[in-house]
Amino acid sequence: MSWIDIGHIDDIPLRGARKIKTELGCVALFRTAQDEVFAASDTCPHKGGPLSEGIVHGQSVTCPLHNWVFDLNTGQANGEDASIPTYAVRIDGDRVWIDGSKLIARSAA
Amino acid sequence: MKQRLVVVGAGMASGRVLEHLTEAAPDAFDITLFNAEPRGNYNRIMLSPVLAGDQTYEEIVTHDDAWYAERGITCRFGEKVVSIDREAKVVLGEHGAVPYDKLILGTGSNPFIIPLPGHDLDGVIAYRDLEDTEAMMKMGAGNKVVVIGGGLLGLEAAAGMAARGVDVTVVHIMGHLMERQLDEAAGYLLKKSLESKGITIKLQANSKEIRGEDGQVKALVLDDGTELPCDLLVMAVGIRPNTALASEMGLAVGKGIHVDDQLGTSDKDVFAVGECVEHDGALFGLVAPLYDQAKVLAQTLLGQEAAFVQKSLSTKLKVTGCDLFSAGDFADGAGREDIVFRDPSRGVYKRLVIEGETLVGAVLYGDTADGNWFFQLIKDGTSIEEMRDTLIFGPAYQGGDTSDPLSAVAALPPDAEICGCNGICKSTITDAIANGATDLGAIRATTKASASCGTCTGLVEQVLQVTLGDDFQLPTAQPICGCCDLTHEDVRRLIKSQELKSQDAVWQELGWKTRNGCHVCRPAINFYLLADWPIEYQDDPQSRFVNERRHANIQKDGTFSVVPRMWGGVTTPSELRAIADAAEKYDVPTVKVTGGQRIDLLGVKGEDLPAIWSDLNKAGMVSGYAYSKGLRTVKTCVGTDHCRFGTQDSTGLGIKLEKVLHGAWTPHKLKLAVSGCPRNCAEATCKDIGIVCVDSGYQISIGGAAGMDVKETELLVSVPTEEEAIETVIAVTQLYRENGKYLDRIYKWLAKVGMDWVKERIVDDADNRRALVERFELSQSIYRHDPWAEHAETKAADYAPLADLTLEAAE
Repeated sequence: MSWIDIGHIDDIPLRGARKIKTELGCVALFRTAQDEVFAASDTCPHKGGPLSEGIVHGQSVTCPLHNWVFDLNTGQANGEDASIPTYAVRIDGDRVWIDGSKLIARSAA
Repeated sequence: MKQRLVVVGAGMASGRVLEHLTEAAPDAFDITLFNAEPRGNYNRIMLSPVLAGDQTYEEIVTHDDAWYAERGITCRFGEKVVSIDREAKVVLGEHGAVPYDKLILGTGSNPFIIPLPGHDLDGVIAYRDLEDTEAMMKMGAGNKVVVIGGGLLGLEAAAGMAARGVDVTVVHIMGHLMERQLDEAAGYLLKKSLESKGITIKLQANSKEIRGEDGQVKALVLDDGTELPCDLLVMAVGIRPNTALASEMGLAVGKGIHVDDQLGTSDKDVFAVGECVEHDGALFGLVAPLYDQAKVLAQTLLGQEAAFVQKSLSTKLKVTGCDLFSAGDFADGAGREDIVFRDPSRGVYKRLVIEGETLVGAVLYGDTADGNWFFQLIKDGTSIEEMRDTLIFGPAYQGGDTSDPLSAVAALPPDAEICGCNGICKSTITDAIANGATDLGAIRATTKASASCGTCTGLVEQVLQVTLGDDFQLPTAQPICGCCDLTHEDVRRLIKSQELKSQDAVWQELGWKTRNGCHVCRPAINFYLLADWPIEYQDDPQSRFVNERRHANIQKDGTFSVVPRMWGGVTTPSELRAIADAAEKYDVPTVKVTGGQRIDLLGVKGEDLPAIWSDLNKAGMVSGYAYSKGLRTVKTCVGTDHCRFGTQDSTGLGIKLEKVLHGAWTPHKLKLAVSGCPRNCAEATCKDIGIVCVDSGYQISIGGAAGMDVKETELLVSVPTEEEAIETVIAVTQLYRENGKYLDRIYKWLAKVGMDWVKERIVDDADNRRALVERFELSQSIYRHDPWAEHAETKAADYAPLADLTLEAAE
């Protein structure tokens, strides 16, 4: 694992999301009402909707374009045979860290 | 041998001292009373009723000449004290010296006069004594008066003069009235109430100078250049203890004359009482503590042991029709908590301040019936731990459990109204049940309860449930979503009846099965909460669909469309130039004219939104809310300005409507149009609300649609004036906001409630119509703003990526 400090937890709105740019495209960081943070691809596999603009509820997010719902633990879409990649996140005090091994490994290799 | 007592100042506090002394020991003192005013003691706090004409000066005199004569008090009225010699123990008046053994200073306070240019003109007064009151009483219809100061005294002066027909304007520097006693919400209610009495109120208004002519006041000028003409200018901005004499005597003086618990000053033979003193850091302006001081001082002078203790206070505004009560201490502080109850529709506001287990302060507006009960709790320091949950509802509700809606329904008395539309009370329904009506349909058929608007359906079902017990099976209505078992209508009703004012309250009290709803229910709940509790609930952007959170419409490729507002569809060359510049600067691929007479910039990148908004803001344009479940556009034709057929100024009315309605959230989008004649070029009859101008006035029709369904509007009412047209449109909008199901356009809502139901509330009931307008305005005081400016200024960073790891990868 190679942990990267992304920012302060309050940079992500409660029950909201922010995106980060990576070599693999945008990754969204979701913060739930209980201050859990999840990271997953920002791109909906259906029509490419930006998931970081969706409504975050429980441990799920709903795509803003056509309301596909994804479980943030697994990346699995509700009732669809599709999923989004997820990434490990660690919270250390107020800082949010993301596992960068999958995100920057390809270009580093 | 009698002691010689000299009293300086014949005010309410020293007057009360004399009452106690002469009653308890009529022969103990040889008393001399100096007063600069040429009269004895009168009840100064009743000057407001005198001003309002409710009482006369004679009625508020507490001590007349006979009173002083009977008690052998030597009165030196109209005579100023020149100096006091503490060594020789002599008071020197203008007409001679008087020696003393004991001296009481009751020099009171001076009104604070703001040293504005022109403050010494004739006609600039304070509100302090009878002369001031008389000057105000000379004003009548046709006169203009400006009052500086929106505190207790200023407002009483304003209301008193307004009652005499005077055109009164109150200028207040703070953001709301009586900011020391009230918060913004209550201050707003007070302002509305005073405005309804014809008083003009200007808040956050800084006075700059007073203009005069021939030495007489003529106008007050504010720092924004506004000139307020006036025949009299009253400054009611506070009082300062009058300590001049005490300072000259060399007594210890801070903000006031320092006194100990016995009202003694730094000289053992000199005492002070009333508004001129400072005790334990506090000053005194209300009458109750002054009377306490007077009693203690009288006892001290008679050699009895007594000590003055500061107590909680209560005040009431002496303005007819403004029910306002405040008591105790309501400053914020560590360990202090508030309990607040607000009912904007009834104009009721209550706030209790709790510290630990006791009540320390209370502010009540609109319903002050429980004021004295709260005041007693404050004074007694009663532990309120047991009744905390229901404390705000007053003594009548102690011990009740209202958290279970069924038990609340069971507890309703037989004559409690269940169905407001048809005036059906609980006993009518229980009688019908006893006669065999055992389901909702049967109750509707036999009693009409819940047969009109249906908002009481849940209540009727609960009555059935309570009455029939297990024999009653609740029909399974369509719930909002899988998160709960309730319908939209149920949730709306329960949010109102149980006063649920936060999402957490809704999740908790209505038994949500998920942590915080989902993308279906949460936006609906967010709307219901902000529509029903505009003041106490704060809009939650995270419960909004992306368009309303980002204030732009998301497109299929994740870019956004930007539509600046063009009021009534009218624009200018400079606005068009700014739009063109923005389109080029941000590489906008498509510029399109919309059906609602706006220009749409399509394909703007999310990260560019704050910058393009900022550019458009600079050209004077604001968000067009083209993304909102709220007011979209008011489409207009050119009306009488250019058209040879136009009967009214349709463009002007459209602009006015758009300015009034913009920013308001509604259950679904709201589109309006105003046509200047029945040729209907603005296509008003397929809008949510359409106005067609005719020679005799304005035909207002509602419930049109031109989307998935196509519908012609139905006529609501024809009104003769533009003012009534605007009032009616606002009232319909608010009725829809308060009752519509989320995502129902007006035509769908109308199909459920019926046009007759709407007419009853808007056309037939003028009071209700005005109340709707008032509630709309209360909500708009929060929501009528430009989110673009706010986001461009303070939230721009949220539109950019949080981090860019492509840079890390390059390292």
